Amino acid sequence: MSRIRLAMLLFVASESVFFILLIIAYVVYHATTPSAADAFRYLDVPKTGIFTACLVGSSFTMWRAGIHFRNGARRAALALLFTTLVLGTAFLAGQGVEYVSLIRKNVIISRDLFGTTFFTLTGFHGLHVFIGLTMLGTLFGLELKRGIVDPLRAVDSVSIYWHFVDGVWAVIFPVVYLWILQ
Amino acid sequence: MNGGSVPPEKAGTVFQMKEYKGLLSWLSPVDHKQIGIMYFITSLTFFLVAVSLAMIMRTQLIRPNHGWLSSATYNQVFSMHGTTMVFLAVMPMLIAFMIYFTPLMIGARDVAFPRMNALSYWLYLMGGLLLYFSFFTGGALNVGWSAYAPLTETNYTMSKYMIGTGVDYWIVGLLLAGAGTIMNSVNILVTVAALRAPDMKLSRVPLFVWMSAANAVLMLLAMPALNTALVMLFLDRHLNALFFVPAAGGKPLLWQHYFWFFGHPEVYILILPGFGIISEVIPVFSRKPIFGYAFLAIATVAIGFLSFGVWAHHMFATGMNFTVYYVFALASMLIAVPTGIKVFNWIATMWGGSISFDTAMLFAVAFILQFTIGGLTGVAFATVPIDWALTHTYFVVAHFHYTLLGGTLFTVMAGFYYWYPKITGRMLSEKLGKIQFWLMVIGFNGAFFILHFAGLAGMPRRVYTYPDLPHLASINLISSLSAYILALGILVFFANLIVSLRKGKPAGDNPWNGATLEWATSSPPPPRNFERIPPVRSITPLWDLKESGRLPDTLPSSSRERDNE
Ligand code: HEM
Ligand SMILES: [Cu+2]
Repeated sequence: MSRIRLAMLLFVASESVFFILLIIAYVVYHATTPSAADAFRYLDVPKTGIFTACLVGSSFTMWRAGIHFRNGARRAALALLFTTLVLGTAFLAGQGVEYVSLIRKNVIISRDLFGTTFFTLTGFHGLHVFIGLTMLGTLFGLELKRGIVDPLRAVDSVSIYWHFVDGVWAVIFPVVYLWILQ
Repeated sequence: MNGGSVPPEKAGTVFQMKEYKGLLSWLSPVDHKQIGIMYFITSLTFFLVAVSLAMIMRTQLIRPNHGWLSSATYNQVFSMHGTTMVFLAVMPMLIAFMIYFTPLMIGARDVAFPRMNALSYWLYLMGGLLLYFSFFTGGALNVGWSAYAPLTETNYTMSKYMIGTGVDYWIVGLLLAGAGTIMNSVNILVTVAALRAPDMKLSRVPLFVWMSAANAVLMLLAMPALNTALVMLFLDRHLNALFFVPAAGGKPLLWQHYFWFFGHPEVYILILPGFGIISEVIPVFSRKPIFGYAFLAIATVAIGFLSFGVWAHHMFATGMNFTVYYVFALASMLIAVPTGIKVFNWIATMWGGSISFDTAMLFAVAFILQFTIGGLTGVAFATVPIDWALTHTYFVVAHFHYTLLGGTLFTVMAGFYYWYPKITGRMLSEKLGKIQFWLMVIGFNGAFFILHFAGLAGMPRRVYTYPDLPHLASINLISSLSAYILALGILVFFANLIVSLRKGKPAGDNPWNGATLEWATSSPPPPRNFERIPPVRSITPLWDLKESGRLPDTLPSSSRERDNE
């Protein structure tokens, strides 16, 4: 295992603890406070479902990009990397739209415990998506100009981070959005 | 087998090396040894500040109804003492040993990510400075180092009783330093995994390295728990989130759960590298390989693992159901088993060895005794009814100072006396060392043993003064006077660090006849650490070389030969 890969895995392990505790906080408050019912009224599950599909899809394109890089198919790999970037941006834009519509309905972080836990959890996830997109963008830009000494490793470590960000959402989506469906 | 080419008599100190000359070199360090030295200096400075705060507390407490400090000031003093000792003094001091010695001990040229190493340091320094900046902004942290909610909420900290943004500076400072610590862990773990010398198998890695690696895992997984709690609190304070606001359904106890889910591993983070230092010092000064190497390594991993499952023993007083009590009480007592067996391992190593009581060894032996006392009161606390009776009294203060001061700080002292020659190229004065040792042993035990009784007599911790009830006056007087003796010992230590840099005897490559690789290079080591790395066939590579006759046995080996200053 390369050093970078190991370092990224360790970092992701550390970040996992951070998110697990945020998710636990969400669940604890959701299960114990009556205000949880509010969630049902304001969240747009199908719409977020679509953006979720974007994010999951971006994990797939990222994985394929890695494979193409390894096989030397650089152009295909770059195209897939770009698709990943677009899909990730779409997810973040979707989150922005969702936030705006919630805030219009006065669902804000200080409204009740749903607001508090919802915005904290999804906000920190969004922040991580943003960081991931910055990494992807840097990777794409540099590789376009052939500015990376060891593109394989760079792609490998960025994709670990990206899969992690997706994986976190794969837990958040059912916990936050599907839980209220019953 | 001389790694360096300079003969000991001519060797300068580390600060005279051309690679470390000039301001620029200290502003842009990447060498793990230079960064390690910066960690040492910074953490020693914060340590001195925290000791001064402790002396202010002991002076305030020297007699009942003492009106020197106001309660508001005292609250800041003890909160900053605890926070500084834990986050800015002792933990970074241990990290300094980790990043300085891990690469040397495994035969590597640097850590895996030297620039990230530098970033860790700057984050730590800036976090610490931010924390102290709060004194100029209306008041420092005043709610204890554990900052229990809801006392930290704005409606309390911004009331007419306390004004201040101390909590905010505390949050941001710890987040910064914590980010640096997480990077430290990644760096140490990758270094140990990827950069070991060719024949340095995991089963031959020095115990200090094992314990540093275990410690890195703990930091990696515990610091983010603190970060979660900190950002939740930050959002409460700045965006009016409601995590810990009871009136809105928020749960202050959630803070305690998260804080101690970090906090209990944290107390092991504060001791594991110390165990590592002891496991190096005792064999060298007993002239015997460590007893039960594999057990010590595995027990450390076990302790690390278990330490994530006992956090609620800090919360027995909050009222939980009995299953929870049983589980956490038993799990806590269980940790005492591997820890206790370690103590036997160290004793067994000394048994029948030819022990030389140099200062490093004295500190190691005192550590074993004092840490055992702290461990015993710890097991007492794991017993729920005892905890109910004694929690939040001075019994707790006595307990954790026996583990952190009589324990960790003593291991750190052993580490300094053992490794200062390697780091600087000069020996610390043994004469001053012995004076320091006795001042610290007498001062420490005098100051803290008796505080157990203050706790039993019902004196609560975190109070700025106390009424003149039976015994309290005399107990506190003895404790404060002893604390001054302890502080004097600490001053002697600092004097020794400075004086020996100029006047100390040149160290030579291997003054203690150490067995591990850091002694196979010059003191101070050259920038890339080694010219040649000796073969590693066991956990004591340098002793193997000597036995096979390939190492000239010109090294002084008893303390009497050496102690002619
Ligand atoms: C130099 C010698 C030291 C002295 C005289 C000393 C003294 C004290 C005293 C009297 C208290 C109790 C304050 C109160 O509850 O009102 C205290 C609290 C504390 N000390 Fe020390 N201490 C020393 C060194 C250390 C060291 C080396 C550490 C550890 C790493 C440490 C960590 C703490 C912590 C965490 C607290 C709790 C602060 C709080 O209640 O929030 N101390 N110390
Ligand atoms: Cu604990």
